[in-house]
Amino acid sequence: MSQDVKLAAYLDGIGLVGPGLDNWLAARPILAGAVPYESRPLAVAAPQSLPPAERRRTGVAIKVALAVGQEACANGQLDARQLAAVFSSSGADNDNCDAICKVLASDDRSISPTRFHNSVHNAPAGYWGIASGAMTPATVLCAHDGSFGAGLLEAMTQVAIDRCGTLLIAYDMPYPEPLHAKRPLPAAFGIALALMPERSAQSLARIELSLVGAESAALAEPELEALRRAIPAARGLPLLQAVARGEGGRLVLDYLAPLSLAVAIEPCR
Amino acid sequence: MTPLHLTHFTAASCLGHGLAATLAALRAQQSGLAPCAFETMTDLETYIGEVAGLDSTALPASLADYECRNNRLAWLGLQQDGFSDAVGAVVARYGRRRVGVLLGTSTSGILETEQAFRHRDPASGALPDDFHYRTTHNTYSVADFVRTAFKLEGPAVVVSTACSSSAKVFASAARMIAAGVIDAAIVGGVDSLCLTTLYGFNSLELLSPGPCRPYDVDRNGLSIGEAAAFILLERPADNLDANAVLLLGAGESSDAHHMSSPHPEGLGARMAMAAALKAAGLQPADIDYINLHGTATPSNDAAEGRAVAAVFGNTVPCSSTKGATGHTLGAAGGVEAVISALALQHGFLPGGVNTRCVDPDIPVQYLTANREAAPRRVLSNSFGFGGTNCSLILGRAA
Repeated sequence: MSQDVKLAAYLDGIGLVGPGLDNWLAARPILAGAVPYESRPLAVAAPQSLPPAERRRTGVAIKVALAVGQEACANGQLDARQLAAVFSSSGADNDNCDAICKVLASDDRSISPTRFHNSVHNAPAGYWGIASGAMTPATVLCAHDGSFGAGLLEAMTQVAIDRCGTLLIAYDMPYPEPLHAKRPLPAAFGIALALMPERSAQSLARIELSLVGAESAALAEPELEALRRAIPAARGLPLLQAVARGEGGRLVLDYLAPLSLAVAIEPCR
Repeated sequence: MTPLHLTHFTAASCLGHGLAATLAALRAQQSGLAPCAFETMTDLETYIGEVAGLDSTALPASLADYECRNNRLAWLGLQQDGFSDAVGAVVARYGRRRVGVLLGTSTSGILETEQAFRHRDPASGALPDDFHYRTTHNTYSVADFVRTAFKLEGPAVVVSTACSSSAKVFASAARMIAAGVIDAAIVGGVDSLCLTTLYGFNSLELLSPGPCRPYDVDRNGLSIGEAAAFILLERPADNLDANAVLLLGAGESSDAHHMSSPHPEGLGARMAMAAALKAAGLQPADIDYINLHGTATPSNDAAEGRAVAAVFGNTVPCSSTKGATGHTLGAAGGVEAVISALALQHGFLPGGVNTRCVDPDIPVQYLTANREAAPRRVLSNSFGFGGTNCSLILGRAA
């Protein structure tokens, strides 16, 4: 087998939420360098497509994951029910994890049923299914700081082998103290990419992925580079910046040392 | 899909360490479940499936940062049945970058964090200095541990979809091998006892006070277990032994229904089984035994049974082995793939233990005793919270 296998897909839709990056359309001129980046706390709501009972049970992680997933589908004019999904996160619902650990360390260990079912790493995937009605396969991954790369590799592999549209949803959120001191994630952040096997009128770019030994490149804007380095899901920002600028070429994203992901980008419009 | 060869495999559960102990316990229809006295837990009336000897399992000094119950269980599993040597041989053949690590877990090393929270600094609330988040708590910890232990440099990931995790790793690994990203994969799952799952399932009133009784008319909940299962997947050689076990198909779906209850008609489960059959190019009549998800909660078994009946009718013998192992959550798919492989190689269908009176309202052919047979193809179901479903089909080479 060849050592330089290339996996190709068309990028038809993007979703983005982060501090100072309200959504993909708002962030596009910022990433393109036309509008200065200004950090501010992120605000994101639970989608109206969730039934009220489920909407009440969603924390930040689920809101971010669903918001970017829905934005990518809307921008790509895609039906979520037709897409496989790959969720990737370093930690899932970290507020919920903190709350459970605190109760389990107390004299009364009765944790709530909602806390428990939200504790699974695939909770956002479960809510995504309920909100979108998608009965298609959804997988849920973790590779610590390499989680974005692991998600992109899995999604690109699914497009290549299953020849189905696949929605990558990479997201993270901070832990409260005391876990924050051990795993300092500064802000919630999410990127969604709708990756399709065939070119369409919505296609933004053709991307081609390969595993390489090269180092990833830094972003020029210092505050965005700080986000990229601090938040696993933000490791995908260089790809979004290239699309925002309409640039072709090749960039390198972080994965798992000593491997990185080389992404060749050809704009479609 | 192109079949893959399970060239080596092993499992550790409350049934024992390794294939010989697991096979002997299955042959004797033993259960490894016992009353729960785990860690500091004295207040839950339930049975658990604990792996013996984990407290005294030691990691090598070079892997000391990974020290936690989940990685000790992983290490125990890797030492069994010549698995580590087999990995060494595969790495020598393909190279460090061409062997992937894809493992399932639901709770990783969370027990370390649960204990660390008890030892927070009284003044600052800080966690102890010797608590290592990345190498224990983080969901990726066990795949990182295995990748590091074998000095691998290829793709690695944890799939964490609750109780379907270590079934779905087979599907991901098969895609990666088909795409040429890797040549071989270490797949499986490791999940270990912790307070989150025991108190969590208790909060949902899903724990049985006695040993769980899958598909019983009086089933009243699950018994939590822990396990490690490791399987080495490679492209099949040209001249396979007839006894070789192949992964023939995998099927995945989502319920899109509820976070902690299955679709009442088992619609997602049905789709996963149908997708696995399609991937394998097989018909329902080609399946000789079904290893059910069979958690022994009233709703799971009813929904799964309806789904199985819808796809297979009542002609295929089936059972859940969770009465023997307990529900090992993120390791269940891997453990049950290993049990399915043993059934294929040793010519028997494992009867479900603890079940006294099969629920007459579930129209499937549920086995409560072992049956001598010569199964050629077996389907294994794994479903989980969040409505995640995965079915695998394993078969003999001949």
